Amino acid sequence: MSMDYFQYLRKERMPHIWCPGCGHGTIMKSILRALDKLKWAKDDVVVVSGIGCSSRTPGYLDFNTLHTTHGRALSFAQGVKVANPNLKVIVISGDGDAMAIGGNHFIHACRRNMDITLIVFNNNIYGMTGGQASPTTFTGSKGTTAPYGAIEQPFDVCNMAQASGATYVARALDIDAVAMDRVILSALQNKGFSVVDAWSQCTTYFGRQNKWGDASEMMDRYKEMTYNVRLAEKMSPEEKAGKYPVGMLFQASRPEWCEEYGKLIERVSK
Amino acid sequence: MSAEATEKKAPVIKFLAGNEACMEGALAAGCRFFAGYPISPSSEIAEKMSGRLPKLGGKFIQMEDEIASMGAIIGASLAGAKTMTATSGPGFSLMQENIGYAMMAEVPCVVVNVMRGGPSTGNPTGPSQSDVMQCRWGTHGDHPAIVLSPNSIREAFDTTVQCFNFAEQFRTCVVLAMDEIVAHMREKIVIPAKEDIKIVNRKKPDLKPGDPYKPYEADASLIPPMMNFGEGFRYHVTGLDHDATGFPSGAPDNQEILHRRLVDKVEMHKDELFLFENHRTEDAEVLVVAYGSTSRSAKRAVEEARAQGIKAGLFRPITLFPIPEKQIAQAAGHAKKVVVPEMNLGQYRLEVERILGPAVPVVGVHRVNGEPIAPSLILSAIVGG
Repeated sequence: MSMDYFQYLRKERMPHIWCPGCGHGTIMKSILRALDKLKWAKDDVVVVSGIGCSSRTPGYLDFNTLHTTHGRALSFAQGVKVANPNLKVIVISGDGDAMAIGGNHFIHACRRNMDITLIVFNNNIYGMTGGQASPTTFTGSKGTTAPYGAIEQPFDVCNMAQASGATYVARALDIDAVAMDRVILSALQNKGFSVVDAWSQCTTYFGRQNKWGDASEMMDRYKEMTYNVRLAEKMSPEEKAGKYPVGMLFQASRPEWCEEYGKLIERVSK
Repeated sequence: MSAEATEKKAPVIKFLAGNEACMEGALAAGCRFFAGYPISPSSEIAEKMSGRLPKLGGKFIQMEDEIASMGAIIGASLAGAKTMTATSGPGFSLMQENIGYAMMAEVPCVVVNVMRGGPSTGNPTGPSQSDVMQCRWGTHGDHPAIVLSPNSIREAFDTTVQCFNFAEQFRTCVVLAMDEIVAHMREKIVIPAKEDIKIVNRKKPDLKPGDPYKPYEADASLIPPMMNFGEGFRYHVTGLDHDATGFPSGAPDNQEILHRRLVDKVEMHKDELFLFENHRTEDAEVLVVAYGSTSRSAKRAVEEARAQGIKAGLFRPITLFPIPEKQIAQAAGHAKKVVVPEMNLGQYRLEVERILGPAVPVVGVHRVNGEPIAPSLILSAIVGG
């Protein structure tokens, strides 16, 4: 891969804040590779985020970038998109940002089906605030607010997205950059609301508290916890039990919000 | 079909409620994006906007809550639209974090708060002025505040236009504090012709493509010129402490400069912001300070007091914040007593007491029963010892 990443990066903002072993940078590079294929003009791309480790990503990217309040990125992003549908809007959010404080915005953004892509950098923990349990912390896993292990059931980001009306839903692991590239590209190409549940290991907080080892050991564990959706048919229910499918999980064609509103304007302004 | 005020060359006469006049004012000011969530007693603004905006090529979106409405109008403003939302007490409380964001990130937008009784669910359809201090201090941290409060239907139109103009000029979130009486009463209104309405648009930097752009670099006015997203000048917007480039900066010097500039940019221009009315204050020995619908009762009380030979006068701030301090002090120049009637327990009265000091007794007439304050109550305070 000989592409020049720096054409999309704000070099002067480096070094980034992420810890050694964190998967966020890997996902960020996947996004850049997808954008490089799409050849969108940088001036037309808006990257929006909320608050958290992943939400610092836009600051490193040379686009129109909007770092908003905790959980609210999607509401700002929809405002941008509606006001100027020509802009390409990408939202980067963490699992706490998107699924806890921003959960209401998440389901309604899926329902509206605006042409926006949400990439959830999902590391199953609140990293920036020091390792508290999040809505995607696995049952039994520890966080600084779940010292005896989480008793709650985690959200499945993809099931939530599909049930709420998103028209492209996929999951990928940071260890599998090829798959990550593929689903992020498809998500960006989908004319509608797309959600990518991008798994990223937090070695500093999740790995350490749960004694999951270093980054490579954590990535191995994520591989064991997942299966490729394309092999699902050949797998027995026992083989799939308790595991998460990865790959493109759902795609549908449904009217896009801005196009529908455009038609409404045509209809009523005559 | 009714004439579109925004397209009209000649003045248009209508019979409108305050919420409708507010919407007309917003459209006349150039508002082309509205995001909102239903709440009494402001819902008519959203309802009317949903019908009118698409006819003008504008956009209306009903959000899942007031937090999202506030986020959406900030995002849309960054994409170049003039934007507004409208709400009432509970929704206004939910908006506070993002209102602070708009002030911090200097994104022009307008929030209409039709005041109802609170706290909590309170009195959803009763009049109140109990959000006055929330309008000033609702969001956390030191911040600027521009808050206007109309007392008539025509003024609901005019102050809404003014809110947009101030938001655009000062790059901040401006609040229109209407009380429920003004929002729901109906009056004849002459909507001015388009060319008679002064419109202010955000100042753009004088840049050629490729020029470096520092989104928060201000000149002596302290107000940085603003590019919109998608205009070829990619920049970063954050609610974190930031420097002139827009990127986060925790340097103590930068923080001090930023927070002082955000407050000072309004403070240094405040004379341009003061809208107010003096009624028979030249020789007033009893001064009434009142705003919103309460000022209409107050004016009646002043007239009745004058008929009894009492030199009464009314000072009516239309701009509640920044507070027209000099103007209040001037109106109270001959006053032996000042009366402040409010549909709250004395929020603005404390400001008036602070401005005038202990030399002049300040009497509050406060009601929180969901009913307007009758002129007779204010008259009793004027006449009484």
